[in-house]
Amino acid sequence: MKPSICLYFQVHQPDRLRQYRFFDIGKDSHYFDDFSNRTILRRVAEKCYLPMNAIMLENIQKFGKSFKIAYSISGSAIEQFEKYAPEVLDSFKALAATGCVEFLAETYTHSLASLVSKDEFKKQVELHSKTIEKHFGKKPKCFRNTELIYSDEIGEMVYKLGFKGILTEGAKHILGWKSPNYVYSNANNPKMKVLLRNFTLSDDIAFRFSDKGWNEWPMDCDKFASWVQDQASKDEIINLFMDYETFGEHQSAASGIFDFMRALPQTLLEKTDLEFVTPSEAIKKHEAVSPINVPFSISWADEERDTSAWLGNELQNEAFSKLYDLSDRVLALQDDKITKDYMKLQESDHFYYMCTKFFSDGAVHTYFNPYDTPYEAFINYMNVLSDLIIRIERKLRLG
Amino acid sequence: MRVLMFGWEFPPHIAGGLGTACYGIVKGLANNGVETLFVMPSASGDEDQTYTRILNASDVEVSDVVKNPKEFLERVQFLRVGTNMVPYMDPAKFTEMSSKDQRSQIDDFKVNFKQKYKFSGKYGTNLMEEISRYAMVGGEIASQHKDEFDVIHAHDWLTYMAGIAAKRISGKPLVIHVHATEFDRTGENVNTQVFAIEQMGMREADKVITVSNLTRNIVVNKYGINPDKVVTVHNAVDFAGREQMVVERSVDEKVVTFLGRITFQKGPEYFIEAANKVLKKCPDVRFVMAGSGDLLNRSIRQVARLGISDRFHFTGFLRGADVQKMFAYSDVYVMPSVSEPFGISPLEAMITGVPTIISKQSGVAEVLKYSIKVDFWDVDALADAMYGLLRYPALSQMAAEKGYDEVNALKWDHAAAKMKHIYESTLK
Repeated sequence: MKPSICLYFQVHQPDRLRQYRFFDIGKDSHYFDDFSNRTILRRVAEKCYLPMNAIMLENIQKFGKSFKIAYSISGSAIEQFEKYAPEVLDSFKALAATGCVEFLAETYTHSLASLVSKDEFKKQVELHSKTIEKHFGKKPKCFRNTELIYSDEIGEMVYKLGFKGILTEGAKHILGWKSPNYVYSNANNPKMKVLLRNFTLSDDIAFRFSDKGWNEWPMDCDKFASWVQDQASKDEIINLFMDYETFGEHQSAASGIFDFMRALPQTLLEKTDLEFVTPSEAIKKHEAVSPINVPFSISWADEERDTSAWLGNELQNEAFSKLYDLSDRVLALQDDKITKDYMKLQESDHFYYMCTKFFSDGAVHTYFNPYDTPYEAFINYMNVLSDLIIRIERKLRLG
Repeated sequence: MRVLMFGWEFPPHIAGGLGTACYGIVKGLANNGVETLFVMPSASGDEDQTYTRILNASDVEVSDVVKNPKEFLERVQFLRVGTNMVPYMDPAKFTEMSSKDQRSQIDDFKVNFKQKYKFSGKYGTNLMEEISRYAMVGGEIASQHKDEFDVIHAHDWLTYMAGIAAKRISGKPLVIHVHATEFDRTGENVNTQVFAIEQMGMREADKVITVSNLTRNIVVNKYGINPDKVVTVHNAVDFAGREQMVVERSVDEKVVTFLGRITFQKGPEYFIEAANKVLKKCPDVRFVMAGSGDLLNRSIRQVARLGISDRFHFTGFLRGADVQKMFAYSDVYVMPSVSEPFGISPLEAMITGVPTIISKQSGVAEVLKYSIKVDFWDVDALADAMYGLLRYPALSQMAAEKGYDEVNALKWDHAAAKMKHIYESTLK
């Protein structure tokens, strides 16, 4: 059996909040900064989504069924495509039509619901699957949680929703001596297969590609292919999971990242003995070598690879608990507008902006952050949430 | 009676409460038949001169004193910046060095001061240089206008040196006006340079006016000033021409407000603790902390830790009309200051018809009857007072109505009449 390589990209754009003042509470229920959301989406579309989709399509056409990739696109991103850049959505549909692209399931608004509420989580996953099926014609079979957040419990919960495979981080502290380059199974349910991200090889592209201080710089396709071959000769599967915004945003076009990605499939096909698979194919092709124990939640974020980027300080915990206190009432109300706003306020990004880990990973945090300080992010978010609470209470009182 | 008055700012361009108070004072003095010549470091020209003549220190050319700089410098010796403390030097060398230093200072003085100095009039980094130069100009003005005033009146430490210089040059009596002391601004971490200037001003003054008895005690006890020459004249307010703002309330709950700089001096943590206690008894209340300051982030964390952030809101720094809007939005106003020489903001709340709670550690507590007074540290008493004003309409109505009348009775004319007496006492 040939070893496999699995390429997967995460596509997400948050709904950034406008500056929402105390005086707006109870009066103005428009929460989002439409201008900056549109501007940013248009920019990322031009610099990343459109050129990168074109390169992927070109490669699929060139190599037919031998080149395959997977995406997960959040519902928030899809809605923004529809509103501000429909051509991006069309280009994803064109990719879907080739049959070489798998679309994965996740929570509709890229939320942290898996950590707190089964009902809320289930609702969002089902809504997302429906949306993906509507746009791309196929119901998702594999799951990847927001920021690859995973634990034994989450894996089991996802299996019960009908998924046979889940993606997560190949975090050192859960693997120990084990290799991420095998398929594992959930510790509570052996039928649920787990794919682990090879963070060394993934980050060679996502973080280090243009880093001139890196001793391997510049990295070309041959060099990268030799590393992949090196690891694959002993193991079974190499999982390269990345943010799609890596291409053209974090790594600028000037760094040569597009040329690298354009040439990479051919190099891998010619110079290594790996074959491309999608996550669904991977779990069919490979048997799980052993269960993997993850009692506490892990993610792909920061040095810690845990959930502390979103729930690591008192501000985040407070906002989070106030948000999910509302869950039952929103579910009971069945009000479309309220439900929609409630889901958008669950986007993990809002909590990311309140992160106070300024050091090692602070650079990544500040790059995407519309606020000057985590405190401003908290105040603004709580003002918005206070208005939503008022709307819910008023509606409940009306019966 | 004519007064040469040194201030730092004057409406409409003001950074703090000092400019507003100065305007009230000159207006009150004018109504009492006292003429004032108001000197400020940087006037813009659009100041209201109905009640006073404004003299812009930036326009004054230092010429009189330059004719005999040696004599001038001897009189205002305290202005010398720099130090003669040089280690490891024998007496002969030291004398040589210090006389050289003195000669060069006279030369420097001739060169530098025979021209106008452009003051920023702000509270920037070269504040110490500005106040020294302001003092030089103060001396010059006192010399040029020698026959046009009977008394000198200087407001707060920034102008004390100018007041002293004017007194030394003209020989006229000096009254200094303490609106705040370094202890109010910094707690116990006093800037010794500022303290020294304040103390010098108080010692040189013939009379010291304090804005409250609280401040008077600080002047007497911490600065060691003879109590006989320290007199309290409480501040007043002038809300004439102020229109009541009507706002449409968009939240159903009652609103309890803290408005001011979020600093140690203002006691924000006590407000938060009390809010937490009130919310446990009645959750249908909202608390607002309006303003900015070095304890803002700590306060936000405190609120988050207590888990009340859906009922406790922060507005950030409020400007212009938003301040009035915030008062109009409020049902209870709280000022839990740890130390407050006077405290104008509760009066603004009261004129808007909002009942107030103030700390006993504020000067304004000495003049208000219809405000609930608690010790700043007594969080239980503060919570009780909030609860009472929120739940018992009889109490809040009385506080609002009587409070409104009470504030309207605080007139600068009365305060100015007392100041006139003080001037007269220095001339006897």
